[in-house]
Amino acid sequence: MRVVIDGDLCQGQGRCFSIAPSVFGFDELGNGVVLAAGELGEGALELARLAQANCPEHAVRVVE
Amino acid sequence: MTLEKTPVTDFATDFDHTDPAWVADPYPIWEELRQRCPVAHTERYGGAWFPATHEGVSRIAKDTKNFTSRTVIMNDGRPDELALPSPIGVAPPITSDPPFHQIARKLILPAFSPGAINPLEPQVRALCRTLLDRLAESDVVEASWEYARLIPPSVIRQMLGFPEEDTEVFIDIVHTVTESVDLPMDERIAAFEPIEEYFTRQIEDHQVHPRDDLTTFLLNAEIDGQKLAVEHVFGTMILILVAGIDTTWSAIGSSLWHLAQNPSDLERLVHEPDLMTVALEEFLRFYAPVTMARLVKHDMDYLGVAMKEDDWILLGFPAANRDPAAFPDADRFIIDRAENRHVAFGLGIHRCAGSNLARLELRVALEEFVARYPRFTLADPDQVTWSQGQIRGPRRLPIRVG
Repeated sequence: MRVVIDGDLCQGQGRCFSIAPSVFGFDELGNGVVLAAGELGEGALELARLAQANCPEHAVRVVE
Repeated sequence: MTLEKTPVTDFATDFDHTDPAWVADPYPIWEELRQRCPVAHTERYGGAWFPATHEGVSRIAKDTKNFTSRTVIMNDGRPDELALPSPIGVAPPITSDPPFHQIARKLILPAFSPGAINPLEPQVRALCRTLLDRLAESDVVEASWEYARLIPPSVIRQMLGFPEEDTEVFIDIVHTVTESVDLPMDERIAAFEPIEEYFTRQIEDHQVHPRDDLTTFLLNAEIDGQKLAVEHVFGTMILILVAGIDTTWSAIGSSLWHLAQNPSDLERLVHEPDLMTVALEEFLRFYAPVTMARLVKHDMDYLGVAMKEDDWILLGFPAANRDPAAFPDADRFIIDRAENRHVAFGLGIHRCAGSNLARLELRVALEEFVARYPRFTLADPDQVTWSQGQIRGPRRLPIRVG
């Protein structure tokens, strides 16, 4: 499992990097970026799912 | 002079967000509208619609094809009467539409990104402590007027590079723009004159004495090799000032109002400081201070109603946040709500540019207040007053701390 941010949907709401700072960071404009490339460990996966459930723009997705 | 207005008897067909009932407690009104309409209408303000659901608010917020942001404060006039410079709008980027919007927004976003805002934390904390020191003598403190109100202007003033002694001037300006919506148009325009004078003076001063602040940045910024139009610089400064002060003041005030009446939530915040990350988002959901506005671009059927060109849309993000279709137990404040896709900062391309600063100020203001006063209650519920207009928060909030 890995996590992606849809750059077309992300508006910089800032929820992902606040909930899961080990998984997400931010760019110069304040939009979310994925720090943890590749397969997520168990703890990171849980946080990524929580970030997905909190993104108002539905831009965060945990994918197979 | 404020126009004499008829009290609202039916919010579904004749709503007014400045009606005393709405100002006092809008939440039952919105719940009724969700069940009855769900898009309310009024002939006031020249015709306006109010979608009370998360779905309706969300659809309109993301739809820049059918709705324009030319003006975002609903009032008796229309933008043409203010002769807004196109394509900039009166306060870019909040009043800009695509494609210009993205250009104007990208210009200011770096100044409000977490990378730029997070380093301000020690300074915000020091300010909160100084304000609390000043309150320290009495058993009853004015938590809105003498605390929450004074936090955002100090930070914004410094970002723009305006003189320290002007904090009170700022607050007057914000009041004029956001709360005087029921003034007749000529009075509203007249009320803006001192604001224009003040900003012009600040811009001139920065032209002569450039320094490391947002005003100088805007004066030097370029789009396609051209310096920004003076209206653009002016409008963005107005936006930063207006959007950055009343809003966060309101969020801090509402959160303290809640804690003063909910001792178990207060106790948890005191004993579980890590709870703040999720608690902050629940404060923002439950007490979202900001309602925006749009104008309908052309006649159309939308959300099941017949909208006309230049009708207002009152875009109630606070109402969307209380929609049970989007949030389980929407009308319950759940301090550790784990899943919370609230829309307090809006949705889509106009997401509040200052959200990182707002969160920082709200979090630090609450942390410092509960650290100083681990137990507090409302001194007198009857003395609490609420703002009128599109920014909702307590303006007088006497809190018993002793």
